[in-house]
Amino acid sequence: MDAKVTQTNPEATKSAGKQRQSSKLLQTLLVPALAVLTGFIIGAIMIALSNDAVIAAYQNFFHAPGAAVAATWKAIATAYGALFYGSIGSFSEIYHGIQNYFATGDRKPFLLAIYPFTESLTTVTPYILAGLAVAVGFKCGLFNIGAEGQFGIGALCSAFVGYSLKGLPWFVHLPLALLAGAAGGALWGAIPGLMKGLTGAHEVVNTIMMNYISYRLSDWLLNGPMKAPGYRPLTPGIQDSAMLPRFFPDPLRFNWGFFLALAMAVFVYWFLFKTTIGFEIRAVGANPDGARYAGMNIVKNFVIAMTLSGALAGLAGATQVLGIDHWVGQGYSAGYGFDSIAIALLGQSHPVGVVLAALLWGTLRSGATRMQSLAGVPTEIISIIQGLVIVFVAAPAVIRWIYRIRTIRTETTVLTRGWGK
Amino acid sequence: MTTNLAYQDEKKSNLRTRLVPGILLVVVGLAILLLFGLNIQPGLHTTFGLTPLGDKNVIPIPDLVLPVQSAIYVLVLVLVFVGAWQLARGVRSTNLLVGLVAFCFVAAFLIWAARGKSMDLVGMMNTSLVRATPIALAAMCGVVSERAAVVNIGIEGIMLMSALTSVMAATLTHNLFVGLLVGMLTGMLVAGLHAVLVIRFKVDQIISGVAVNIIGTGVSSFISNRYLESHIDRLNNSGTFPNVAIPLLVKIPILGPVIFENNILVYLMLILVGLLYVVLFFTPWGLRTRAVGEHPKAADTLGINVFMTRYVNVILGGCIAGIGGAYFTIGSVGRFDRIMTAGKGFIGLAAMIFGNWNPIGALGSSLIFGFADSLQVKMQILNTPVPTEFLQMAPYIVTMIVLAGLVGRVHPPAADGSPYEKQ
Repeated sequence: MDAKVTQTNPEATKSAGKQRQSSKLLQTLLVPALAVLTGFIIGAIMIALSNDAVIAAYQNFFHAPGAAVAATWKAIATAYGALFYGSIGSFSEIYHGIQNYFATGDRKPFLLAIYPFTESLTTVTPYILAGLAVAVGFKCGLFNIGAEGQFGIGALCSAFVGYSLKGLPWFVHLPLALLAGAAGGALWGAIPGLMKGLTGAHEVVNTIMMNYISYRLSDWLLNGPMKAPGYRPLTPGIQDSAMLPRFFPDPLRFNWGFFLALAMAVFVYWFLFKTTIGFEIRAVGANPDGARYAGMNIVKNFVIAMTLSGALAGLAGATQVLGIDHWVGQGYSAGYGFDSIAIALLGQSHPVGVVLAALLWGTLRSGATRMQSLAGVPTEIISIIQGLVIVFVAAPAVIRWIYRIRTIRTETTVLTRGWGK
Repeated sequence: MTTNLAYQDEKKSNLRTRLVPGILLVVVGLAILLLFGLNIQPGLHTTFGLTPLGDKNVIPIPDLVLPVQSAIYVLVLVLVFVGAWQLARGVRSTNLLVGLVAFCFVAAFLIWAARGKSMDLVGMMNTSLVRATPIALAAMCGVVSERAAVVNIGIEGIMLMSALTSVMAATLTHNLFVGLLVGMLTGMLVAGLHAVLVIRFKVDQIISGVAVNIIGTGVSSFISNRYLESHIDRLNNSGTFPNVAIPLLVKIPILGPVIFENNILVYLMLILVGLLYVVLFFTPWGLRTRAVGEHPKAADTLGINVFMTRYVNVILGGCIAGIGGAYFTIGSVGRFDRIMTAGKGFIGLAAMIFGNWNPIGALGSSLIFGFADSLQVKMQILNTPVPTEFLQMAPYIVTMIVLAGLVGRVHPPAADGSPYEKQ
């Protein structure tokens, strides 16, 4: 046995190592993939159970079992078909659109065909940024529930810069508006970070409090100082020079924000894994006592991590204003807080994972509206599926138990801590 | 080296505990003077109603009439005096000082805001208690499960599910108590899911809580959208628990109309708080729970079943949160709306931390949130120049300030948030 091991040639060990590495990668991807699949299966059960035709068909199951199964299949296929059509579009329509463009030079059918897909990418944009925000917090051992408030404040700040400054060229105005959004979010994130560092007040409670403060502040601003003339509590529309340029004519809202978000993902990767500050942040997150013993300044790292986290969330708000809506209304940031936490978890707090998770999340959200109108399935089914996905991703043991996957030893990372530590 | 550092730390913290509250007292005193004390015509009075109008159960007592200017000056003097005392000599209890600051500021604000008018103080205190009820119930849920070291931030999701099922059950059976029972069972079920995830499968507790929130919000909104909105009369119209005046006790001036004239859920909450306090600190079960929360390994060695204790506590907490959820529908409006809990579960958690994982403390802080809530409604009626949005912010800002000041004094259970591995 021993002799055999010593005799193995380097080539073989190398390929074995490669194999082990690839199987490890497969394992890392397998659990999230199966988690998503399981989430969809349970979602399908809920769709079937809430469908009147299916319930009616099962009432005479013993007379016509085939009809019951067919009704079930039809309900699920209609719903998920609509979800797919609403989020990606139809390939044949896109194909015919391209053909038509070359034949007649008319772009319209093509643009209509790619509308669902571009709309999904547009929806994905803020999710990437907000997911990165929460992920940066996790890397420092901080749980930022406040992405929603930071998003809202960022949106308000960039809208203010967007509509109040007039006559600037776009290459000054647009970056300024984006920076204002990031700065607003950064401030909103830095306060809980500072309080955590200086006094130990738990960031979960403080970010929640900051969320509520931001809602009230935005209510006041939208009904008072920042209100546009008219009845509705909205800000005035931003100047053209502050808008993120769009790629296609009007109904298509796909804009540069998406690529800005991808660039930020690259930046966060570089920052966390290639810089000293990033290393310190991760060290503090992995083991605060150890980091402190090694001479790192815990307070500084908390503040930097929360500032960056808030800035990313604020930037998410800015892209939403500058790229899509061009004004801010009430309840503007609703839902982004929890969605971003879910995305960070699903992406395992890694920038690449976050981008992938955000792509999935935003696509589902974008298609859900279509599913509601075509198949009559409430959009909330997506929230249920998403919640289930989080459970399964966070509890790989459940997935392994369901699918009888062999357990392999992987490093477990502590993502969050209790209140006191 | 380390002793030196520790010594410096201690010295610094001593200085901080003495100087910061002292300066705060004086500053708040002066702020009250500037904000409320200066631009008042002398001779104005504020009337505080101490008897609810048109309430026949209550023995009427005369209203409290205060001259605005002198009352505010007295409050300012008290604050400045105590602040100076604190700077010179140092008072031990920071809690007391923070309480004093808050009381003086709120009192001055009320006197100023209602100057020349009258204000139903008893009614406002009653509203505070009612609005504090779901917050306190959420906080109790947190206390019960966190004392056994299971963090539950899914309270919001639990309450939404219970709110939904209780109103459906109550409407279907035409019986509010069935609704309450179903709400409690739902709470236990959803909390049970959390318990299985964190105890059996050792999922990160915060993450599991987030998942419970998302699923709870999703399922309740889904069912509401799919069924309740199209069948309002059959599923979503239950009526509410009526207010019951407790004989004799309701006759007590001020306290009577504030506490003893509410619906059954408010009483239930008050009883639960007292019961939990006694049970947690004076019974073997409470001792076991706290042992599991502080040092599970030691508890296990002594023969306490750590896993079972945690299951029981989390599910019991879910039951209490279920009552809190039922409050939103069958306790107040009789109808379910999507996401109607509006963050009360999280505020309950803040109240729990604020109250130092103690049922009585948590009730106290819930009352502060409830008061702030009712204050803002009153201020809209009184037409004060301060935008209501800023008044609505006040409780959150106060929470943050207090949490920052309380540091080193809140003690979460030592094992809070960590799973237990049996060896």
